[in-house]
Amino acid sequence: MTTLDIQAYRLRLPDTARPVLAGVDLTVDARETVALVGESGSGKSLTSRSVLGLLPKGAATEGSVRVNGEDVLTMTPEQLRRLRTNTAAMIFQDPRAAINPLRRIGDFLTESVRLNAGTGAQAATDRAVEMLEAVGLTGAVLRRYPGQLSGGMLQRVMIAAALMGDPALILADEPTTALDVTTQAEVVALLSDLRERFGTGLLFVTHDLGLAAAISDRVYVMYAGRIAETGPAEALFDRPRHPYTAALLNSTPRLEAPQGRLAAIEGRPPGLREELTGCPFAARCPLATYLCGQQAPALLPVPGEPARRVACHHSDRTGEGSHADA
Amino acid sequence: MSFLRFAARRLAEMAATLFGASFVIFGAMYLAPGSPASFLLSGRSASPEALKAINAQYHLDDPFLLQYLRWTGQILHGDFGRSITYRTDVSRLLADRLPATLLLVAMALVLVVALGLLLGWIGAVRGGATDSTILVTTTFALGTPSFVAAVLLQGLFAVELGWFPTGGTGEGFGDLLWHLTLPAVALALYLIGMLARVTRAAMLEVLGQEHVTAARSRGVAPHQVIRRHVFRNALGTVLTTGGLIVSTLLVCTVLVESAFSVGGIGQLLELSTTTKDFPTVQAISLIMVGLFMTVNLVVDLLHPLVDPTVTLGARRSPA
Repeated sequence: MTTLDIQAYRLRLPDTARPVLAGVDLTVDARETVALVGESGSGKSLTSRSVLGLLPKGAATEGSVRVNGEDVLTMTPEQLRRLRTNTAAMIFQDPRAAINPLRRIGDFLTESVRLNAGTGAQAATDRAVEMLEAVGLTGAVLRRYPGQLSGGMLQRVMIAAALMGDPALILADEPTTALDVTTQAEVVALLSDLRERFGTGLLFVTHDLGLAAAISDRVYVMYAGRIAETGPAEALFDRPRHPYTAALLNSTPRLEAPQGRLAAIEGRPPGLREELTGCPFAARCPLATYLCGQQAPALLPVPGEPARRVACHHSDRTGEGSHADA
Repeated sequence: MSFLRFAARRLAEMAATLFGASFVIFGAMYLAPGSPASFLLSGRSASPEALKAINAQYHLDDPFLLQYLRWTGQILHGDFGRSITYRTDVSRLLADRLPATLLLVAMALVLVVALGLLLGWIGAVRGGATDSTILVTTTFALGTPSFVAAVLLQGLFAVELGWFPTGGTGEGFGDLLWHLTLPAVALALYLIGMLARVTRAAMLEVLGQEHVTAARSRGVAPHQVIRRHVFRNALGTVLTTGGLIVSTLLVCTVLVESAFSVGGIGQLLELSTTTKDFPTVQAISLIMVGLFMTVNLVVDLLHPLVDPTVTLGARRSPA
């Protein structure tokens, strides 16, 4: 069964001209690592938070967000708590902000299973020690306060907390952005390793294309609340079919091929107060034609590559266009 | 820093402060216009012999420093001197009247903590119309000084409705509680508003923090999130305000005790000030200073329990 199955998911906030999420389709299979890539404001964090039913105030939703076959959007508060305790867990971007500084690490780790699953204090602590060891820490940190640990150690604690309920799905929302580079690499390696060991699906939200390529099986590229392109990580980064993906790749700094100035993408993503007709990327796209401003492209399979889908009227011309532009 | 070392250092600081305060208090009394002798004679013209006798009895002709040293020396032996108005030992007066004041302040404090926290909590968590109602009510409370509240409450509940006595302290403990109810409410009203505001603001600030969302994302039930994370983290601010609240109670009790004729040290301070009863005023002022410092010490000692990131005696880091 598909662990996470998001279908035609739309989310609208009060006082906005267009939906923040305008028809997102996304799946994560058991034991699969999927990266969700996009700029700030593209809706990637909102998508991952929706999986746990963490919606902003006043949000109106359509479509479905199914975890292990059950639709999160129609769950009762009781069902949501069970989902969050035992089925899906989130790793936040900044562990220092996401862990209460006034409570001990032990309390942070065991809180959810003690309060919800009715696990006894001793059993919960044993489980916590086991999970701490799985992330390379020891039970000694249980008595510590968050302020006494380094950022990297805290992110490991956060990962251990996510594993406490033995979830089928882990949502990692930019889990390495707040860490320094060496710690980033450790955390990424740890996540890959744990996914193998515990057999969880992993939705990895990031703006870092290199990281997405390194860790994931499949990638979704998101732009202005829609999926622009999706496919296996390697194929997608080798031959991008959406001009936005191509532009993102061009604006990624590379060690092996220094190219002087970075190619920034001209313009900025559309704001939530602007109505959108046509392709949301049209205003910044080097390939845009009259059609792009009139009609939004559907997310369609790429001819000859059934695993890939792209939402672009000119996906056949993407390769040349963006490279000429760079 | 260890608890004992911290406490020892703070006690030494308190002793030094008390010493300084005693000098200021005594000096102010010395400089104040009017003399005890003229009050004792209450306007009658006295023979120079009588005046001399009075001055000799209260050592009013001695140099300032000698008077001061005699006074502090007596205090160190537990002797606050004799009240000029009541013609009895000041320590006796205080012993008689301190319990009523402490009980009144304690009752008001219970009201402030219970209602202030409750209203602040509900306002922060519920929001909407409930929050607006609480905001309006607390604004009203904040705009009502305790002496105004005293007169209003007295007029309504004591005079019009007759539910409570208009003043005094009654006979026996139960009666005392009954007599102190209106004064305690008058004393508490303003501070309930203040604590409710502070609690609400502190909880709203914590509510917006990422770790609260993170706790919800782990499946912690809403009421548990509020109790274990939001209210828990707001407690530090509440505790700091608590020190201020107790100090304010001690100050305002002077006005409220006078309004309700509660025979506590607040009323005694007011009476002895108007009658130039220097020894009593000095003793009460010094006791007030001691109480303020004790309150602050208790708050400082409790702080690390509420916030483990605070260490005893450490200066706040600039970050």
